[in-house]
Amino acid sequence: MDKILRINMGPDGEPTSKTEPVGDYAGLGGRGMTSAIVAKEVPPTCHPLGEDSKLVIAPGLLGGTTGAMSGRSSVGCKSPLTGGIKEANSGGQPAQMLGRLGYAALVLEGRPKDDTLYTIRISADGVEIKTATALKMKGNYDTVENLKNEYGDKVSCISIGQAGEMKLIASTVAFTDMEQRPARHAARGGVGAVMGAKGVKAIVIDDTGASMRSPKDPEKFKAANRAFVDGLKKHPVTGQGLPAYGTNVLTNVVNEAGAYPTYNFKTGRFDGASAISGETQAETITARGGKATHGCHRGCVIRCSGIWHDKDGHYLTKQPEYETVWSHGGNCGINDLDAIAMLDRLDDDYGVDTIEMGATIGVAMEAGLLEFGDAEGAINLVKEVGKGTPLGRILGSGAAVTGKAFGIERVPVVKNQAMPAYDPRAVQGIGVTYATSTMGADHTAGYAVTANLLGVGGNVDPLTPEGQVELSRNLQYATAAIDATGMCLFVAFAVLDQPETFQAMIDMINSFHGLELTGDDVTALGKKITKMERDFNTAAGFNKTDDRLPDYFRKEALAPHNVTFMVSDDDLDTVFSDL
Amino acid sequence: MKIDVFLYATLSKYLPEGSTNRSTVVNLPEGACVRDIIEELGVPEKSVKLIFINGSHARMETSLFENDRVGLFPPVGGG
Repeated sequence: MDKILRINMGPDGEPTSKTEPVGDYAGLGGRGMTSAIVAKEVPPTCHPLGEDSKLVIAPGLLGGTTGAMSGRSSVGCKSPLTGGIKEANSGGQPAQMLGRLGYAALVLEGRPKDDTLYTIRISADGVEIKTATALKMKGNYDTVENLKNEYGDKVSCISIGQAGEMKLIASTVAFTDMEQRPARHAARGGVGAVMGAKGVKAIVIDDTGASMRSPKDPEKFKAANRAFVDGLKKHPVTGQGLPAYGTNVLTNVVNEAGAYPTYNFKTGRFDGASAISGETQAETITARGGKATHGCHRGCVIRCSGIWHDKDGHYLTKQPEYETVWSHGGNCGINDLDAIAMLDRLDDDYGVDTIEMGATIGVAMEAGLLEFGDAEGAINLVKEVGKGTPLGRILGSGAAVTGKAFGIERVPVVKNQAMPAYDPRAVQGIGVTYATSTMGADHTAGYAVTANLLGVGGNVDPLTPEGQVELSRNLQYATAAIDATGMCLFVAFAVLDQPETFQAMIDMINSFHGLELTGDDVTALGKKITKMERDFNTAAGFNKTDDRLPDYFRKEALAPHNVTFMVSDDDLDTVFSDL
Repeated sequence: MKIDVFLYATLSKYLPEGSTNRSTVVNLPEGACVRDIIEELGVPEKSVKLIFINGSHARMETSLFENDRVGLFPPVGGG
């Protein structure tokens, strides 16, 4: 992984590509790579869809190795949703293939002269760029089917659906899984719109002839990888809970804790939670002949995903994740797993962020466009997005735009990005992360739900402000570092609880790259990435008033705990005071 | 006193036959604590990681009151 592929979509005539040595960016991976390139090369005040903007796709430090869990791809840019820096990452096969082909990053640059769409094929033979007129306004599923017919069943694909082509700011970049389905997404912040603005419909990766990357110290790497896998299998969350029930096991936990945002963040418990819980979901999947345990990429040993079949036993979508089941489910008062799975499928096909879309429909319900609980109405609204009607374009621009268009105050966003599935009043640590993350409201950026609700990595009372700033800060730095390795963030459940598993992860990086990093170096890496991102955002015009939750979280008490968000503004301003 | 008990994920198997909504009502004497619930239902103590009483974290020795809602979980995570 010693080269960077740059494709300029802007020149007269045809797009051009060049491969260059990794140079100044050596030693970076994943979010570390994407944020470094964006911070250095993208003017913070540029238009995210304009000629100076860039889209960066990078495997992590361990992408393309035999290391377990190392299949995440980071997608970075200036976000058209937040206006700040963005890194959204995804599972699927492409990261490993890019890594094996030797690419540390792929950078799309420039502005196309017209609306010609292109596909890019990357293989051991080099780069081929072709027009893709036949794929215009096709969904991700049709697109990948076409690419499969043309390039065979061994390739992986990175693509956008109709939403990305329309440059809607809730649009995603899709990544194919082991079955060549575009079911994994770098979903947040409108990264699909930036790919659409570059005129790139799909990137096909063919790693035929490429071999696994070899470690500097193969024996040590093998031993570290084994210890790491043992640690993941031994920890009850990564070894039992996630494989058996998937991420949606959280529905009952968060609901029981009174922190489950219901009816557009009006209350903290949903009567229909049991019907859409991970337990019910797993039972339904098994009864229909789907798969309740399934990995999104080769080398995953947690396998939190699954395969959802419709009532007739046919594949519809991957097992919808907790965040999706919440956003389209409880947040909208919908208690029907089949409707939620259909919404998941439509979102994946059009290429829109399931969290943003569910939150947006919740806002539309609040505005009276449809009733809470109206599953058919919700499906029809998402179809409007795919069709690109004026209403669909408003909805596909996310919760903040929709709230403005319909004059609604209760819009759960930070930096214009919709909040995920934990009410910040009843999980105050995650509220600190929502408020201060460089990404906008993002649970993964510093998942304080661990110590607030799950008893992982310590215990911090979720209902009071004490200890939340420190908890969120430490998690935000640790997460930035994990996102740079290309490892799935779910390794954190085991890494936070088991020092020997944390050490095994560091040993993997060290033995692979010939380094001698310590735990402190990992924190330092996370701080470095966070600082680059904060500096970019400051230069883009953000200040401390952007690190706030919407007012109503301080004013409206959330049942059943009747609690408001109590971490003070002054305390929020100290989250990154050590940078 | 009557306590509403919810057993989730792998703990659901300890619910009495015929239970719905992953819950049951347990009758306990005044002064009982969470540990009395799991003894009553035969849930191994080491399989319980998270205890919520009326949505707040609690412990095995936390005292119960009439109509409390108790939710018990094995170790779980997601996101």
